[in-house]
Amino acid sequence: MREFKMFKNMKYTAVAACALGATSGLSAGTLDDVKAAGELACGVSEGVSGFSNPNSDGVWEGLDSDVCRAVAAAVLGDGDAVRFVPLASKQKVLAVSSGQVDMTSRTTTWTMKRDSAEGVDFTAVVFYDGQGFMTSTQIGVSSAKELDGATVCLTTGTTTELNLADFARANNLSIEPVVFEGKREAVEAYASGRCDALTTDSSQLASFRAGFADPSQHVVLPEIISKEPLAPLVAHGDNQWKDIVTWVVYGLISAEELGVTQENVADMAANSGNPSVQRMLGSSGNTGGMIGLESDWMVNAITAVGNYGEIYKRNLTDTLGLERGVNAQWTDGGLLYAMPIR
Amino acid sequence: MADKTLTFKPSAARPAPSTQIKALAWLRSNLFGSWFDTLITLLISAILISFVPDLLKWLFIDATYSGDDAICRINGGACWPFIGDKFQVLMIGVYPQDLAWRPAVSAIALILLAYLTYSNRLRGAVLIAAWFILPIIALFLIRGSFGMQSVDQSSWGGLMLSIMLALVGVIVSIPCGVMLALGRHYGSPVTKVLCVTFIELLRGVPLITILFMASVMMPLFLPAELVINNLLRIQIGMILFSSAYMAEVVRGGLQAILKGQAEASLSLGVSPAKTVAMIIVPQALRHVLPPLVGRCIALFKDTSLVIIVGLLDFLGMIKGAALDTAWLGFQAEAYVFAAFVYWAVCYSLSLYGRKLEQRGPQSNR
Repeated sequence: MREFKMFKNMKYTAVAACALGATSGLSAGTLDDVKAAGELACGVSEGVSGFSNPNSDGVWEGLDSDVCRAVAAAVLGDGDAVRFVPLASKQKVLAVSSGQVDMTSRTTTWTMKRDSAEGVDFTAVVFYDGQGFMTSTQIGVSSAKELDGATVCLTTGTTTELNLADFARANNLSIEPVVFEGKREAVEAYASGRCDALTTDSSQLASFRAGFADPSQHVVLPEIISKEPLAPLVAHGDNQWKDIVTWVVYGLISAEELGVTQENVADMAANSGNPSVQRMLGSSGNTGGMIGLESDWMVNAITAVGNYGEIYKRNLTDTLGLERGVNAQWTDGGLLYAMPIR
Repeated sequence: MADKTLTFKPSAARPAPSTQIKALAWLRSNLFGSWFDTLITLLISAILISFVPDLLKWLFIDATYSGDDAICRINGGACWPFIGDKFQVLMIGVYPQDLAWRPAVSAIALILLAYLTYSNRLRGAVLIAAWFILPIIALFLIRGSFGMQSVDQSSWGGLMLSIMLALVGVIVSIPCGVMLALGRHYGSPVTKVLCVTFIELLRGVPLITILFMASVMMPLFLPAELVINNLLRIQIGMILFSSAYMAEVVRGGLQAILKGQAEASLSLGVSPAKTVAMIIVPQALRHVLPPLVGRCIALFKDTSLVIIVGLLDFLGMIKGAALDTAWLGFQAEAYVFAAFVYWAVCYSLSLYGRKLEQRGPQSNR
């Protein structure tokens, strides 16, 4: 009985410690913590092609890594002041809610459950992923809606199967699914000609395609049939820090819209007559001050990694051959719509 | 008596019977001894012939030895430039490459010490002290203490991290295991209960569970000020896990020691503590040398599980290398290389274990 009581007490201590940890985590303020540490602790994946993966020089590459660099540049003025912390899938939410990292930029889908119940806040979508299709160019299909009568390889036990069935029913197609246990098996089966098409998240399709002996023989179709909006996340409750990460992402997207690039950013900051550019780059007004940063916050961020278009091209188009698709600017018919910086 | 000497004239030696000619005899007795042996030999030969030539062709003949990914894709064989390009990140992970001399110096020291140990140049207390001091110096060097530029744990990785986890794990868990085993075997009832609880609790859960607890759950229970870094938490988890197994191995050795050993020692006036330390434990360890080496090898291979808690160990870097956008589609080469490295490390460990067994007084049996 006594042991049981002791155990119970221990449990209370643990809960108390947990509460204590949570409150002290809030009061400190992530911005001050980052400034004091002189570096941004940014959670990334342990390796996802085009998003975050160490290259041969041991430098983290990819769209997610570049988002970390942009935030570090905006906050600290130095895009290299990032401590990349590889996180496994199970850790990615907990690491940020428990304060091990300042933010996580790790192909995480923005869902209601994570945003509300799991103690994290999502910032702004950096990549609209979703289930897509890849086919061989020999089939001569340019849209997923022409896949009537096709056999499609996919992996079992995921929502992938359900999405495919819904898509087929909605478009009145007869698609024959061929289900595999693992991703690798599905890819091998597709490569060996067992199926006409392969379906999984479009970013993954692009990395599979780039790994084939002759990538030009395969094409990723433009249709996306499920919603996987990927966004960086921060701990719940620190509003200022959430604003910073959100507006850095919006800043990168706006920069593309306004034609500010890594090359011309200094020139634009000095000479541009466009009021939107002036506000963003701090040459008129002080937008950085609204979120507790210096007025040249976006100049630093864009100098470090370029605008969204440049980041996308460098990490996804040039390497994986992934086109913009739904990730184009709203003016080009895509989904990217940055809130106005003013 | 007639003095006649008969000289013995040996006739010319007959050729050895065909059953005794070396190569043929060996073949006959080992491969074609009976119809069943013959059948198995033919079967295995057929299996080997069916894939070994293709494998060798892929590994060496069709392989690309220099060039880039485009040339590899055209050749179709194994792509060794990929491993060459990735060699450094596979060894040290995302550790800053301009500071790569630090892990390199540590590695050379480790290899040197391993050689000295293997060739029996270092013995006794010096040997043990050297193995305790080496990881400490290496840790300071790799972390960057004493005014050197410090390198955070999150950028440690590759084979360096795997070896570090295994080495520290083995060095700390063997003494812990011995203490636990002694506690369980000789301790007072309270000690015994504590030791048994610890051992059975940790042996009863998979290593993955312990790693998850250490990495994901522990930060929830610790106050925010007390940040024990991820690597240290995982290292502690591995040490606890390994200690429990080591304890059971050592206990097997303790049970094999006859009571007379302790009684003789005590009756000669040797103190109980010294009896255990100088008489019982050394003999017990010698008895359990093979399973002890087996545990060390298992621990080294277990380090490959840490990828599930976000540490980029050797296997993690192999996975990452195969996903690099500059070298997509060469995972087979990456995993072949990984298999080779794991095999080389484990085989050298078991070679050393065999040598240790031969060195003991019972080796002439």
